[in-house]
Amino acid sequence: MSEPIVQVRELTKEFPVAKGRHKPVMLRAVNRVSFDLHAGMTLGLVGESGSGKSTTGRILVGLTNASSGSVKLFGHEIAGANGTRAIQAVRHRLQFVFQDPHGSLNPRMRIADAIAEPLDVAGGMSRQDRTDRVHELLETVGLPRGYASRYPHEFSGGQRQRIGIARALALRPDFIVCDEPVSALDVSIQAQVVNLLLDLQQQMGLSYLFIAHDLAVVRTISTHVAVMYAGAIVEQAERRELYRAPAHPYTQALLAAVPRMTPGRRAEAAAAGEMPSLLSPPAGCIFHTRCPHAFAPCRVDVPAMREITPGHAVACHLYSAAASQAA
Amino acid sequence: MAGEMLLDVQNLTVQFRGDAGWTSAVENVSFQVGERECLGLVGESGSGKSVTALSILGLHARRTARIPSGVIAYRGQDILRLPTRALRKLRGGEIAMVFQDPMSTLNPVLTIADQITETLILHQSLSAAAARQQAQRLLDMVRIPDAARRLDEYPHRLSGGMRQRVVIAMAIACRPKLLIADEPTTALDVTIQAQILELLRDLQDELGMSVLLISHDLGVIAEFAHRVMVMYAGRTVETAPVRALFERPVHPYTIGLLAAAPRLELDTDRLPTIAGSIPDPASIVPGCRYSPRCDVALESCRNLPPAMGSAEPGHLARCPPRLAALGFAA
Amino acid sequence: MSDVAALPIREFARPRRRFRTLRKLVAHRSFLFGATVMVLLTAAAMAAPLLTHIDPTAMQVRFRLRPPSAAFPFGTDAFGRDVFTRVLYGAKLSLWIGLSVALLSGAGGAAVGVVGAQFRRLDPLLMRVMDALMAFPAILLAIGLGAALGPSPSSVIIALAVAYLPRTARLVRASALVIRELEYVEAARVSGAGNLRIIWKHILPNCMGPLLVQLSFVFAYAILADAALSFLGIGTPPPAPSWGNIVSEGRDYAVEAWWIMLFPGLAISIATLGMNLLGDGLRDVLDPRLKVEG
Repeated sequence: MSEPIVQVRELTKEFPVAKGRHKPVMLRAVNRVSFDLHAGMTLGLVGESGSGKSTTGRILVGLTNASSGSVKLFGHEIAGANGTRAIQAVRHRLQFVFQDPHGSLNPRMRIADAIAEPLDVAGGMSRQDRTDRVHELLETVGLPRGYASRYPHEFSGGQRQRIGIARALALRPDFIVCDEPVSALDVSIQAQVVNLLLDLQQQMGLSYLFIAHDLAVVRTISTHVAVMYAGAIVEQAERRELYRAPAHPYTQALLAAVPRMTPGRRAEAAAAGEMPSLLSPPAGCIFHTRCPHAFAPCRVDVPAMREITPGHAVACHLYSAAASQAA
Repeated sequence: MAGEMLLDVQNLTVQFRGDAGWTSAVENVSFQVGERECLGLVGESGSGKSVTALSILGLHARRTARIPSGVIAYRGQDILRLPTRALRKLRGGEIAMVFQDPMSTLNPVLTIADQITETLILHQSLSAAAARQQAQRLLDMVRIPDAARRLDEYPHRLSGGMRQRVVIAMAIACRPKLLIADEPTTALDVTIQAQILELLRDLQDELGMSVLLISHDLGVIAEFAHRVMVMYAGRTVETAPVRALFERPVHPYTIGLLAAAPRLELDTDRLPTIAGSIPDPASIVPGCRYSPRCDVALESCRNLPPAMGSAEPGHLARCPPRLAALGFAA
Repeated sequence: MSDVAALPIREFARPRRRFRTLRKLVAHRSFLFGATVMVLLTAAAMAAPLLTHIDPTAMQVRFRLRPPSAAFPFGTDAFGRDVFTRVLYGAKLSLWIGLSVALLSGAGGAAVGVVGAQFRRLDPLLMRVMDALMAFPAILLAIGLGAALGPSPSSVIIALAVAYLPRTARLVRASALVIRELEYVEAARVSGAGNLRIIWKHILPNCMGPLLVQLSFVFAYAILADAALSFLGIGTPPPAPSWGNIVSEGRDYAVEAWWIMLFPGLAISIATLGMNLLGDGLRDVLDPRLKVEG
């Protein structure tokens, strides 16, 4: 298999949290996360709020730095000491699509200037080329070129999200991190934007890291899925496999909790309680406080990621050899 | 009292003052909620679903909103013609509301006990001590662990799910007959949403409440509602028992909406879409409001406002061409 | 391509691009009113020698403390100087002081505020300096600076600009701190934009609204503060008239010769009102989100 374009190993991010007059406590938002992303692939990063999925995505484009671990983008290490310089070398190949279609466009900038911002920063483009490129990008995302001279407030949420995508495409990137790009949109508009992302991927050979809390949307867009809980990846598999045979009790609970569009069928509140505070995480498996299958080792040891079938890895003692002996 | 309808809304129109005079956010909407029934109101932004709910509680500002026509009958009396005092007594007493964002419903400088006892003292004239005891019982009812200790905490110390439980405790404090829940789980994570929906369902049984559930999430509606009303751009487009709506939708918008929602149980590589965007209230076509986006629209659809027609008992849709095609006389 | 041809978005009459800002300004009622007031005041100040033949500093002791009359429309002061003439001549200096102080403290405050918000390491230092300046009442600070610089209109301007700078800086910093966390700023950063571009293209334009409103108040405060400084002998040195020192000289005669204070006071109020409306109008027109009603 070819070299992955994104290779993340043991990525950890800690934030200092000031607690009154005491010295700051470290909050571990991302905890030893590892994954690979190959060209043309879409990794869906799923989790609830506080799972660390957005922070992971932000580290990948340099919006925040890693505390430890390694992040290699197109072969360049960006998590180390020279990260800031290293990211400049790959900057034009990375982009980000934001969640909030209202907050992600400067209200005082014309659409043309917003879309051309990456071009302007990169420099070296004539006025005519810039205009042509903006028009071309608008058409790529399904908007008439006549919109170029308008301001963001004249557009609906779905149209703004298209503009955000056009801006992300300006420098012809290879890899785009999409942070909840459709969760603020209405159902009928959400489908349009998901399809647009899929079309663009086919035409331009893009790779996505698609961050979302909606498991149904992730199923539609991803080729591979990683499930995060309280800062760590608990399960990772190819899409079909993950939805067909979810292995981790958290993944199972998450899938069971989604309301189906089938009257008479009820979602299950399979995970009791709530996510523990990341300031004082429980010992052992971080999910054991809510897990219906928790047993002795779960309260003591942190389970390691382990392949249960080729390409399907899970961090759970239920699947470890030692556990089966103990039970 | 006519029939066993708890709430009977007829031809409700709500208008807001805008740049170009008054525009209708809700037009000629009628629906009923029976005893112990849950009616689901579903629609996208601008559909008027929340505006409809706020009208029932008389919560629109007089200066910017008006209700030129319609009747909102609660147990036979018209809420719109009720004096302010009587309305206030109804609100929070017999009719209670749960909003989307628990943090903005709770006052950040009051403890949980203060917030809950306020309603109790106001509506049931309990003593402070009795109210506190009652508040603790309510927290138990909404399954907040360690209720006695939680009473003296402030909202910011609670998680989103716990806050929504407190809001629900406040809403059921006076044993309401009708609970209006406006996107009660939209701000919550999916595992917490499942817990809250389960709680609401149990409370509905326990207290014998009727629920008006407003949501954009078709899954939540399918699970919770007995009957569903679909709104689009301020009008009702379809209303039906929940099974009929999800299994035999009639209106092209309902069909499109159901198709566009990604499904958890299917591997799809493309979603069916509805073209175009939600219309601006200021630029609405004279005929069917969905016609600019509808792929089966006829010329007549664009010019003539369509009438509601019946498909089967209790199943109405505002699409004469579809009803005719399905063999139901318009 | 995408299966959706986006429908046309809300169409409202779009004026030709070239003069759009100008047209919006002209269409803005309160801006038009404010601008008219300011233009008239400025014109009156410039045309003072044409509008009156009396020397603003000429004392005519026999006409001391005359109430308003046909000969002296605004009355005369304790030295028999014509108040109308002095108000006219004073306009030039007062408007100049107000405008310069507003612009200087605005530019300085915006620079300090934005730098503090964007360069987090400099922030504690800058803000401590601002806090130290703010710990003194603005007027006290101006007195100190004015005394050090010696009495002249330009030292009044410098002193007041420094005195009002911390408030402007605080205001800009507060807005900038919110704006720099917004997604469009992050989007710019992902595109490789540096701090300068982010400040210039994203943060500053979006701080303009509150800043312009604040500056229209600074304008008024500065004119009034000049009065207080004159009273203490640090402001515009007499006998040259400014609205401030006319008011302060009139204070001793407030009961028996109310007109000495009333007319320059009115002039200050009118200028302040004009400036406020002008600031409001500018804020609205510079914000593409606000539609301007004709």
